[in-house]
Amino acid sequence: MLAMNYRGPYRVRVAHKAEPEIEHPGDAIVRVTRSCICGSDLHLYHGLVPDTRVGTTFGHEFTGVVEAVGPAVQHLKPGDHVLVPFNIFCGTCFFCQKELYSNCHNTNPEATAVGGIYGYSHTTGGYDGGQAEYVRVPMADVGPTVIPPDMHVEDAVLLTDALPTGYQAAEMGDIEEGDTVVVFGAGPVGIFAAKSAWLMGAGRVIVVDHVEYRLEFVRNYAQCETVDFKQVGDMAMHLKKITDGLGPYVCIDAVGCEAAGSFAQTLTGVRLKMQAGAATVLHWCINSVRKGGNVSIVGVYGPTFNAVPIGNAVNKGLTLRMNQASVKRHLPRLIEHIQAGRIRPRDIITHRFAMEDIPDAYHLFSSKLDHCIKPVIVPRGAPQ
Amino acid sequence: MHKTYIENTPPGPRAQADRDAIPGWGADLDRANRPACPMERTPPRLPHGHPGELAAQPHTVEVLTSTERPGITPVFGTTLPPRGLSGVLRRLAFKASENDVRRWMLLLLADRIDVVEGLLEDLMHGHIPNVPGEMGAAAELRHNRPAVLRKLLVLAALAGAAALLARTMRHSTGGHRLLR
Repeated sequence: MLAMNYRGPYRVRVAHKAEPEIEHPGDAIVRVTRSCICGSDLHLYHGLVPDTRVGTTFGHEFTGVVEAVGPAVQHLKPGDHVLVPFNIFCGTCFFCQKELYSNCHNTNPEATAVGGIYGYSHTTGGYDGGQAEYVRVPMADVGPTVIPPDMHVEDAVLLTDALPTGYQAAEMGDIEEGDTVVVFGAGPVGIFAAKSAWLMGAGRVIVVDHVEYRLEFVRNYAQCETVDFKQVGDMAMHLKKITDGLGPYVCIDAVGCEAAGSFAQTLTGVRLKMQAGAATVLHWCINSVRKGGNVSIVGVYGPTFNAVPIGNAVNKGLTLRMNQASVKRHLPRLIEHIQAGRIRPRDIITHRFAMEDIPDAYHLFSSKLDHCIKPVIVPRGAPQ
Repeated sequence: MHKTYIENTPPGPRAQADRDAIPGWGADLDRANRPACPMERTPPRLPHGHPGELAAQPHTVEVLTSTERPGITPVFGTTLPPRGLSGVLRRLAFKASENDVRRWMLLLLADRIDVVEGLLEDLMHGHIPNVPGEMGAAAELRHNRPAVLRKLLVLAALAGAAALLARTMRHSTGGHRLLR
């Protein structure tokens, strides 16, 4: 089969690979119908995630048709068209019993701090991802959800990570009616966090980024205000100035370890790897949010350490919440929102690529060319 | 004279969005509608209930395991077992706990060595990798032509400067010979 193949930082190609097999009685094999490139795939692409082995196939956002199931699978059958949450989780462990599916303790032997994830290095379990024609899907009775018949496949593929992550970011902000919410990052997750903040009754939503086409997109898609941080001298000062001097109630980090905006952070965090990525947005969140406010973090950082003003967080009495999204628990409510027309996720897809063009798709997305917001891979023969 | 500033913003909601203009505004204002509140919920609301006891996956390839676990998990990925020098470093890294920064630094070093091993493997199989293609040169040419031109001009300037320097050095070496 054809599959994306990582060769090193900024280098990927498409190559033939053996088709996956059933390796556990609870596995399924899925033929991919859509696969996205996620902003967090770019951290792998840029060589920032430890234990990313040459030959890995990325892709944790995908939909597909079930081709085969293992002998223990009871609720999924060949022919089912499913969306597959990016978390690989068992449903039985201590953490899954608390609905913390992203923290599953039974699917990643290589680290305890994170559960299993498709195509996201050996640090998350060494599974191949969905930027391929076929994928092995472990725990097939637990993870995948059959796509409702009235749902567009491109709405479904965005339910595997980007939309639930943005929604959970807003949820972790514990938004109350009329709250001012600031979202850092106008990528897909930031866009969905802004949209979700309205669903939770925010009074004002402000998105911060420096890429003008993305700010324009989010202004139109999520009806929010925007701030270009390159036009602002000091982020915390600016946000306080435009929020009655006290600061926003909630700040959301939807950027993570490759944030622009601070030379020192980029140098130490991204170029020299002296910390686990640039903590620029964590600084901005902690120093901008009002006292007693909430900081919600869904941006991805490495496993070592970051220089953050934790003393300010203590002195301001902040609540810091963070996690990878537990996708499965959000699906019923988010499917309702899509069916009720409150949100149309597929409107953020700007580019569709054939599998053979994956290297160009990565470069285009990584370099923010051609006004790219969200690229999707469409394998040959997949439904349109 | 400093201006006296007395903070007296009244508590409570202050911003009023144009709610009618925003599709779905407030649909999840009630926390009962928010699926991750509270963050921990037991029992989990899985559609098919508890999946039952987990069988152990057959162990067919070398899989490195965290020292913070008593053994391997019942389900795991089997792609790309450790190999070569990068594999030696990965095995060494996995002797340290996740709490030990040396583990992660060794893994990053192993990743870089793996890239070189990947190139050598390509060459040994008679495959010369199309590095510009792998780096998305076609997209760069199509969508970022000014940057491509800039890079080509810089390259040409550097090549020109190098050629000029080489020529100057050749001439000056020749001059010394004459002097001798």
